[in-house]
Amino acid sequence: MPEPTAQIHAARPSRNVFRRLGPILLFCFTAVLAVLTVSPLLWMICASLKPGDETFSPNMLPQHWTLENFQYVFTASPFWRYMINSFFVAGTITVIALWFHSMAGFALARLKFPGRELIFLIIFSTFLVSLPVIIVPLFILVRQMGMVNSYAGLIIPAIFNAFGIFLLRQFYIAIPQELQEAAVIDGASYFRIYWSVMLPLSRPILAALAVFFFLANWNAFIWPLTITNDRNLWVVQIAIASFHQQYSSSWNYIMAGSAIIAVPTLLLFFIFQRQLVESIKTSGLK
Amino acid sequence: MRTLLDAPSKVEKRPVMGRSGPRLKRSQREALAAYLFILPDALGLAIFVALPMLFSLSLGFFSVNGFGGFRFVGLANYQRMLIDPLFRQSLWVTFVYVLILVPALYVAGLGLALLVNRPMPFVGVFRSMFFVPNVVSLVVVALTWQVMLVDKVGFINRIFEFFGVSGYSWLGDPNITLYSILFVTVWFLMGYYMIIFLSGLQEIPREYYDAARIDGAGPAATFFRITLPLLRPTSFFVLLVSLVSAVSGSQAFDLIYIMTRGGPDNSTSLVIFYIYQQAFQFNNYGYAAAMASFLVLILLIVTFILFAVTKGGRFHFT
Repeated sequence: MPEPTAQIHAARPSRNVFRRLGPILLFCFTAVLAVLTVSPLLWMICASLKPGDETFSPNMLPQHWTLENFQYVFTASPFWRYMINSFFVAGTITVIALWFHSMAGFALARLKFPGRELIFLIIFSTFLVSLPVIIVPLFILVRQMGMVNSYAGLIIPAIFNAFGIFLLRQFYIAIPQELQEAAVIDGASYFRIYWSVMLPLSRPILAALAVFFFLANWNAFIWPLTITNDRNLWVVQIAIASFHQQYSSSWNYIMAGSAIIAVPTLLLFFIFQRQLVESIKTSGLK
Repeated sequence: MRTLLDAPSKVEKRPVMGRSGPRLKRSQREALAAYLFILPDALGLAIFVALPMLFSLSLGFFSVNGFGGFRFVGLANYQRMLIDPLFRQSLWVTFVYVLILVPALYVAGLGLALLVNRPMPFVGVFRSMFFVPNVVSLVVVALTWQVMLVDKVGFINRIFEFFGVSGYSWLGDPNITLYSILFVTVWFLMGYYMIIFLSGLQEIPREYYDAARIDGAGPAATFFRITLPLLRPTSFFVLLVSLVSAVSGSQAFDLIYIMTRGGPDNSTSLVIFYIYQQAFQFNNYGYAAAMASFLVLILLIVTFILFAVTKGGRFHFT
């Protein structure tokens, strides 16, 4: 037998061991990494269930389980009010944004008109403008419009973003032309085509975007921070941040507040994760 | 009721009672309908995105007081920028932040994607676990990590103590704090980029890998010769988005506002945070706008370089 073959035969047992052990090791590594990744969130939820003197105990799980922190958050502040504000603001933005973006996306994808490419390019270029960069002029503008400390100021500027338009346009481009032509032959108006043909077809992507927009606006901080200082208009993120300034050492209360505002987003994620992940994937493609 | 948006009908030629003006051709109606569909969003984007963008370029030449009075001051704000040591420091902090964050996110996102792109038990659960930090608000993320990073008794220091390392002040030592913020940012964002990379990986045809295996290519060769080149459009997207969001502080602002307020010793004062402080803490709107327009300039240059280097994400082989 020639030398090289003999070497390969000699090497085979160890390679086999690696082949069998490799996936197991990778699995263990991935599992440990995944647990480490979620552990800060688990720690936060555990800390919200511990009495104050246990916050910094080395144990992750509470020794004495308690709901007293949650009680305190709801009695020491009108936390319900902040949650309703957040819900109202994020919900309104989501509904109006989906309506506007689906109309614009439909027109850009399915209708022919002069300047279509240019308009799309201009809309798409605003994709790269992020809020922190324009926050000073935007604030001055919105202040001149008299929208400081108002729901309008919280809601209206947050409706417009190119991301939703782009995603819906991509979706509408993929819809077969025949459906639209059939509607045209039936004498349907363009609004009718949009409302009765396109909107029902785009239910899945609208659901995905709805979760996406709601989460983003429920979690938004910098704009509500800038545009409101009236306590009655506070959203949950502002409330918990000022809670933090007020009771900087009572971490158990702050963690309880954090858990209250994080749990709805976690629930939304677990229910709609497929849709959410789909919309992120689409945004990354082309 | 008939409107201009209605499709043409067979009776079009007949004059309609009560309607004034000439009837529109079909293509004209389609265009009109399209403009009306786009109008709400176009108007909103123009007022709340494009206008502030243009406004920020001119606002830098004015001094603005807290009540909305403007006074032209020429280049004064820009001159002040040049001699302001805090601005210079914030530029340096931003530079370090971007220089570390963008590659770190690339490696973490791609690494995780490769890890969970293979069949293994619970792989869907692992993907969700890596992504889940991204759905929690940055305020909650900042607060949670702040408690965990507390000196001496914080959870992280307890763990380090267990391994015999102690005494680090993660949010109190000016030499460390920026890295703590960077770590939290990567933890928060890596799942998002993992998903983007995953969808990129899944677009690569299986045949390439089969052919490579038949040719006897090892894992390293397969990765560098097949995976990485074919991932280039995804890589471009990831680099562009992470670069723009790092420079403009999309995540950093919330974290820094809650966790450090730019401290200790201005070591985490990113440009975007310094701009915010000047505007909303000291009411120097004009000066803040001047700095913001400088930041926009940097963003444009960086984006342009990225497009030039990658030829718009197409990346052809030499």
